[in-house]
This record gives sequence, structure tokens and C-alpha cells, in this order.
Amino acid sequence: MADITAESARTTTRPWNSEEARARTKKRYAAERRFRLYGIAALCFATAFLLILFTTIIGTGWTAFLQSKFLLNVTFAEDVIAPDGKRDEQTLRLANWDKLARTALYEAIGAGDANRAERRDANGLLSRGIDVQLRDMVLANPDLIGQTRPVWLLAHGNVDALLKGAIDRAIPEDRRQLNDRQLAWVDAAVENGILQKKFNTGLFTFGASSQPETAGLLVALVGSFFMMLTVALLAVPIGVAAAIYLEEFAPKNRWTDLIEVNINNLAAVPSIVFGLLGLAVFINFFGLPRSASLVGGLVLTLMTLPTIIIASRAALTAVPPSIREGALGVGASKMQATFHHVLPLALPGIMTGTIIGLVQALGETAPLLMIGLVAFVVDVPSTPLEPATALPVQIYMWASSAERGFVERTAGATMVLLGFLFVMNALAVFLRRRFERRW
Amino acid sequence: MDATVAEKPVRFETVMTPAEPVIMQQRQPKIVTEAVTVHYGDKQAIFPLDIKIPDRAVSAFIGPSGCGKSTFLRCINRMNDTIPSCRVGGKITIDGEDIYDPALDVVQLRARVGMVFQKPNPFPKSIFDNVSYGPRIHGLAHNKTDLEEIVEKSLKRAGLFEEVKDRLQSPGTGLSGGQQQRLCIARAIAVNPDVILMDEPCSALDPIATARIEELIDELRENYCIVIVTHSMQQAARVSQLTAFFHLGTLVEVGDTEAMFTNPQERRTQDYIMGRFG
Repeated sequence: MADITAESARTTTRPWNSEEARARTKKRYAAERRFRLYGIAALCFATAFLLILFTTIIGTGWTAFLQSKFLLNVTFAEDVIAPDGKRDEQTLRLANWDKLARTALYEAIGAGDANRAERRDANGLLSRGIDVQLRDMVLANPDLIGQTRPVWLLAHGNVDALLKGAIDRAIPEDRRQLNDRQLAWVDAAVENGILQKKFNTGLFTFGASSQPETAGLLVALVGSFFMMLTVALLAVPIGVAAAIYLEEFAPKNRWTDLIEVNINNLAAVPSIVFGLLGLAVFINFFGLPRSASLVGGLVLTLMTLPTIIIASRAALTAVPPSIREGALGVGASKMQATFHHVLPLALPGIMTGTIIGLVQALGETAPLLMIGLVAFVVDVPSTPLEPATALPVQIYMWASSAERGFVERTAGATMVLLGFLFVMNALAVFLRRRFERRW
Repeated sequence: MDATVAEKPVRFETVMTPAEPVIMQQRQPKIVTEAVTVHYGDKQAIFPLDIKIPDRAVSAFIGPSGCGKSTFLRCINRMNDTIPSCRVGGKITIDGEDIYDPALDVVQLRARVGMVFQKPNPFPKSIFDNVSYGPRIHGLAHNKTDLEEIVEKSLKRAGLFEEVKDRLQSPGTGLSGGQQQRLCIARAIAVNPDVILMDEPCSALDPIATARIEELIDELRENYCIVIVTHSMQQAARVSQLTAFFHLGTLVEVGDTEAMFTNPQERRTQDYIMGRFG
């Protein structure tokens, strides 16, 4: 039977040059070309959306890094700051700082002899946060009292919006945030160079505020830093140790199978559930304070652990078993084989997985909402037990504010967050490249 | 040791060729096994197996793929312990000491019974570190000079020193296949073992590298008990003094290599050696 088939195959003409074969080849080429096109199309789509995302965010957000400020010659008059001659902190805290700034402003814009209504309009040009700015200056350097100094003072959010083109001058005066008189002052100030857009240091040094011009990211940055610290200190050692034990030492039986399945399941649990868990366990049961970045860090640790364990196990599995055998063969103990040979080879993978876990934790919002990190925190926390917020949560909070200044700040904060994520991912790539194979 | 062993399985008769191999009269028996069985889960890989392996000689295990020769080899340094489903029954003694005694330290055993694997597997470290790793973890060297001496001696014995003496710090993985395998042999003898197990050490090498390794094995037999698993009958004939033929998990015939290849007693041995199956 086999012989007959072979015989007939030999006698028929070889089909390589037939019309049919050529058509088949052509079809195969077309299919390959089509497939490559699909790939390129998919890539183009992805790139286009990424570009749209970035242009939108950067287009909206870059102005958040600039802030309008008045350059005013402020006279730190002693009779305003400390009329009774005392210079203790209490007196300084309660002094009428606004008056100093306003006097300087009236002089600068030529509203010195204005009536009460005009003065109120002029006051509206300055931020309500300037009293803190002046007070902090004097508290830091009490010798300023009695002197006159040029100071960059924050302009009101509306002035800032006008300068950034967010307020339409064509809108009728009664519906505009700034009236005609204020517009004239602003234009004159810009003309004189005493009203300028400067780099917005406040974005990185202020905490929460209801005015956009005095709202900043510092509390969120510090909170996120504490959380990352907690995650790095807890999730990394626990996760890597768990992965090493499960992969290299644990007996393979029903219990370890069960644990493995559950770890994989945990990685897929919605993050808000971890928030609920944190609320129930850390806050209600253990009585840790609400809004504390420590609790946020603990919740994010729980959330990150499965990711780190899975990535670390994958990295350990990828080490060829011949290395383990070689080490065991010369009489290394299991632990020596693991720590001297397997772990160094798995380390780049473990580090990459760990950093991806951290990046995930840094961008996580939902569980933090559950444990009160969505608070209005003005003072910068100095320990992880004090109230704080987190970067993504700050974005969420600003996104729900109506003022124009918060719109650009939302995008600006997003840029900061994306910047951190980008740097961390780059670090992961760098570490992998650096340590992947030592030769 | 194991429940399955206790139930007295059928004994498979092993033919001795000649009835008392000459090599066994000349040498002390180093490894002696009694009714060794191996199970992978429910599957029995080795049926009760008795063999005496002589010291200071090369013993070759031959047989078709899947006949259990590598499995049996890996029992001798308890490498099978790392396979969770693997169970070993019976008794294996080295110099009269039961190596499956629960009181025996596996790590110590593996230092005494070195192993060279089918595929060269140097550590991704320098040549020096590859060889010095074993002595270092076993505390065989007290200082750097000692260690350097051990490394040099081991590399010389493995016939690799002349080729690599100028680049001891370069990676072991950068050597050629044959050199890598000799590096692995150097690594194994650096811990000063009594027994060296070789699991098809030349199957990934070209004929020239193979010849080099065979020469080396021949030199090493002066000092070590060497057990080699091989698919090449010629290799077995060239390097070994004792040959054991395995088939389907049983030891069919064992005897002096010359006698085995010229005058096998068993039909299956004859067929395999003649190349009729396998």
C-alpha cells in the first residue's frame, strides 16, 4: 500500500510549477502581507491614542507650572504688624498682613485715593493666601519689620485665569469674574511688568486649598512617598521570600496548590475590595488613624503582594534547572543553591516585577478612597501616621473642583504622576538590562 | 524504607559475564546495591536491582533510552530527591555506608559523590569561581592561596588548565562545549570526591571533544570510582572496565567490558550490542 502511494507520487508531475501551486504561493504571500498590515494598523491606533492622551494632558496641564504673581514693594510697617511693639509669635500670627499687601498694591496700580468699592475691586486682584506668604517671610526673618522689600505676591486665581486666556473678555461685565475696572488694572500691571507669570513653585510646596493659586501637591507627594516606602519595606521582602519558598522549598501538594490558586486570585481582586479590607482590619480592628499614609501603605502592600509574588516566581522558574543541579551536584545545600546561583539569575526579573508592582501601587486610587486618604489636608505630614493624601487621589479631588485653576492643576498633577511612573518604569528597564546576564 | 518495597516484588535475575567479573576480583567494591527500586508516582522505573561497582575503575551503564540507567545513576548521589514524585526503595551502600540512611547528610554525600551532567552546565560565573565554588562552601581551603592551588590542580587534572590559565576570571559560559564539560569535571573533582557519576557526558560534544573527555576519564580512573552512562557502545567499550546493560528498568547483564562485548550471555544484550534494537 505504502509502496503504491510512493510510486504514484513519483510518476505524477511535480506540482511546484503548476498554476495551482503558484496561486497558492501568491495567496500565502497575500496573507502574510495582510497580517503584517493588521499589526502596523494596530500599532498606529495605539500610538495615535497615546499621542492624543499626551497632547491633551500636556496641552491642558503645562500652564499649571506657571503662576501669575505681582511684584510689589511691600513696606513691613511696624505699626501694622506689631502696634504694641511686641514681636512674639502670637502677635505676628494675628497681624493684619493683608493690609501691608493691599497698601503696596494700591500704590502699584494707582488706586491710592480710591473709594471703598474701588478698593474692594483692587483687593480682589490679590490671592487670599498672601497673608500666609508675608507672615512666613517675617516669621523666618523678623528683621524685615520696618523695611521695604520687593516681593512677588500671588495674584488671585481669576487674574491668573485671565492671563492664561481662560476668561473671555467679550462676556458682559456682570457675568464676568473680573469687572472692567479690574481688567484695566491688570492690563496696566502687565504693561508695567509688575504682573508676570512665574514658575509655580507653589504647586510643589503647598497643601490642599480651596483657592487654586494656593493649592499644591506637597501633601500628596509626601503621602505617596510614605506609602511607597511602606510598600517597598513590606511587600518586597515578604513577596520575594514567599516566592522563593513556594518555588524552591515548598512541597508540591494540595495545600501549596491551594495557596498558589489563591495568590493568583488575589491578583485579580478589584482594588476597592482591598480598601474595604483595610478599613475593616487596619482602621476598625487595629485602630490605626484614618487618612494616615501608613494605612494606605499597608493596603497597597496587600494589593501589591500577589503581583510581586507572581513576578518573582516567574523569574525563579525561568532559571534553568541545570544550574540548580550543578550546584546540588557539587554538594551545595538547597539554600546555598538557591541563594548563590538561582536568586542572582532571577534578580533582574524580580526587580522588574517589583517595580511594576510599585508603579501599580503608586497609581492606585480606589482603595485609598475607602480609608480616608481623600481628605482636605493643609499641613504637610511629618510621619506616616498623620493625615495625608496621595497623588492620584489629589488628581481625583482637583478634578471635581469647578475653578479654572483646578482644571489645569488636575492635568498638571497628572503630568507629575505620569512623570514618576515613567521614571520608575525606565528604572525597571535599566535594571533589567544592567543585570540580565552578567556577560 | 518504602511500603512498596516490603511486599517482595519479583526478583529479576541478572546475568554475570563471566560468572565472577575479573575486575571485581582485582578491585574493592565501592558501591553495592541491594534490591534498589525506583518509582515515579505510580510508574515503576527500576525493578529490584543488585550490582557491585568497583573502586578505581570505570563502569559503564548502557541500554536503550528510558531503560532506567540515568535514573539509577541519579540514585547514587540522591539527586532523585529533588524530584517530588520519585521514591527510591532498597539499599545502596558506598564503602559499606547506607546512603539512604535518614541520619546521613545529603549535602555531605553529594560532596563525596560528584556528578557531571549530560549538558555542560557551568555556573554563569568566572572559570575560577566555577571551580572554587565547591571547595569554598565545603571549607576545603583556609586561605586564598589554598583555593588557588585547588583550582589549579583541579583544572590541570581536568586537562583544561593550559587552555584557560590566562583567563581564569573570564566567564565559564564563554568556553566551547568540550571545554565547558571539562570545566564541569574540574568543578566536580575540586571537592575531592570518591565517586564521579557521569550522565552521558559526551552526548552534546563533537568527536574531538569527546576523545578529549574519554582520555580524561581514563586518567581519572586511577583515583576515582567512575560511573558513566552512555548511549555510545564504542565509548563504553573504549573507556570502561565493567559494563552493565539495562533494559526496561532491569539490569539484564553485567560483566567485564571485554567479555560483554565479545561474548554476551543474554540474547537481549547481544541484540543491543549488535545494534538490532535500541
